[in-house]
Amino acid sequence: MSQAALQPDTQPAIVLDKVNKWFGALHVLRDVTLTVGQGERVVVCGPSGSGKSTMIRCINRLESHQEGRIVVDGTELTDDLRALDTIRREVGMVFQSFNLFPHLTILENCTLAPIWVRKMPKAEAEELAMDYLKRVKIPEQAKKYPGQLSGGQQQRVAIARALCMRPKIMLFDEPTSALDPEMIKEVLDVMIELAESGMTMVCVTHEMGFARQVADRVVFMDRGEIVEAGKPIEMFENPQTDRLKLFLSQILRGH
Amino acid sequence: MSATTHIPTEARERPPILVAGPIAWARDNLFNSWLSTAVTLALIYLIVRGIAGFLDWGVLHAVWTVPADAKGQLDPTACRDAKGIGACWAFIGDKWRFILFGRYPYDDQWRPAICVVLFIGLFVVSAMRRFWRKELGYIWLGTLVVIGILMWGGILGMPFVQQDSWGGLPMTLILATFGLALAFPLAVLVALGRRSTGLPAVRYLCVAYVELIRGVPLISVLFMASVMFPLFMPVGLNPDKLLRAQLGIILFGAAYLAEVIRGGLQALPKGQYEAADALGLTYWQKMGQIILPQALRLVIPPMVNTFIGSFKDTSLVLIIGIFDLLTTGKVALAEPIWQGYSTEVYIVLAVIYFIFCYAMSRYSRGLETEFSRTARR
Repeated sequence: MSQAALQPDTQPAIVLDKVNKWFGALHVLRDVTLTVGQGERVVVCGPSGSGKSTMIRCINRLESHQEGRIVVDGTELTDDLRALDTIRREVGMVFQSFNLFPHLTILENCTLAPIWVRKMPKAEAEELAMDYLKRVKIPEQAKKYPGQLSGGQQQRVAIARALCMRPKIMLFDEPTSALDPEMIKEVLDVMIELAESGMTMVCVTHEMGFARQVADRVVFMDRGEIVEAGKPIEMFENPQTDRLKLFLSQILRGH
Repeated sequence: MSATTHIPTEARERPPILVAGPIAWARDNLFNSWLSTAVTLALIYLIVRGIAGFLDWGVLHAVWTVPADAKGQLDPTACRDAKGIGACWAFIGDKWRFILFGRYPYDDQWRPAICVVLFIGLFVVSAMRRFWRKELGYIWLGTLVVIGILMWGGILGMPFVQQDSWGGLPMTLILATFGLALAFPLAVLVALGRRSTGLPAVRYLCVAYVELIRGVPLISVLFMASVMFPLFMPVGLNPDKLLRAQLGIILFGAAYLAEVIRGGLQALPKGQYEAADALGLTYWQKMGQIILPQALRLVIPPMVNTFIGSFKDTSLVLIIGIFDLLTTGKVALAEPIWQGYSTEVYIVLAVIYFIFCYAMSRYSRGLETEFSRTARR
């Protein structure tokens, strides 16, 4: 695995070591081992049901794993609630279905966690939130409610909301899958800008153009295991396994 | 559009009267066939007869006052004569203070009267969204203390009034207000407990509580509170009857309310819980800031339904001898000269209950429209 982005004196941002998970009798993660360096951008792809969402959701313990170790930013994920709080504060997440809080305004969506979790004064949190809303290019919507925004706008708010916690790592779980085609670009543009700023990112996505442009590494998963991983160009131009070849041909046919 | 015909602006804005408006509505809905015309006419006849009959009895032939003799003793002969033809409002005129305030000392009845006003003021203030802040808790606490002082007295020159003498509308309001104000937080905790995955003991406890209470009628809970409970307690350690009934009402209301709230919690998409978790909110922050505000909004209609039910259920304390509004009405009827005028009393009681329940219902509808305006998904 290429570790070019990893500087020798810093610890990796995320380490998954032989992680196994079952949903009942269904073995959804099989010996998943992956190291993500500081500032590295990893794109995870694979057919539906391949376990890619489950893996990313294990990183901030929306799902718990049953075997193996997960270390995030030097803290191991265990049943210890304090370790979990520490990790969730450092890891931001963007969901496929946005999951904005519909009863709060856009600004309140963004300031909630800084105020309650980081104990930031309200005025400061609002200033921070406006900064990030400018970065995702929708400061003028701050007083509206999520229901009044388009899908693309909502997803950009969701990104700003996660960034307001100033996370070290950002997880994206199929951020553009629920969007109408004309809105995908506005969200990808924000993500590309974020990648260029040096944020550590793990993205589950089928946007191969995005992967080519920003990913340091692409990880291909199928049936709960990592089948292949490497630089995007090598992976797409010269797939080694039949499973990846099949997946790529299906993805390309779809476009 | 091509080939525009010039219709005057006025005519375009207002459709012809036979297409829209009350006449058209009546034609489309009430007289659209021979059968529906017949039903409509029959119903109109019944309604008119009913109203006319009531006005005849309640207004035209009603006895509003009866003469008193030299000793101030009322002479109900006029009412006797009108029985079956006209209402005896003189009875209400004579006994209204007893119906409203029960056996509370007559000269001090201004105290419970102020309490009723305070209660209504408290409801009105709590209903206004601009007062929904922390201070509202202090307002409640302060008002309830003042109400307690007024009812009991014993200070500030007000004679002490035993709790056994309280009654009527203040009693109903006390039972309902404390019942709902304390049942609500309890219900929230039970609903959350019943859904907690981390603490199975808490969950089983909450399930057992809800199922136990729902499995028995309120009357038996009240009976147990008033008759059986004292048997189990050591002598001297026996909270009074009102407090025990109040506890029964709280526990009973909370079980039903908890199930309503649980429905709201279940209706929220899982993503809301996950987004709150991913942001690092603690359990209570997540519930307080994200989940409950949304879940409670979802269940306003069934919650108000439960509120209205509990408000009326407080009248069941009649059977354990607490003087609420219904009891005072019944006791007023027991007076020898006024026996047999139950219709009049029950109409008055129904009107009072209706005012409170209808206010709750209207308020909840207002809240619903307000919330659906701001928080559309």
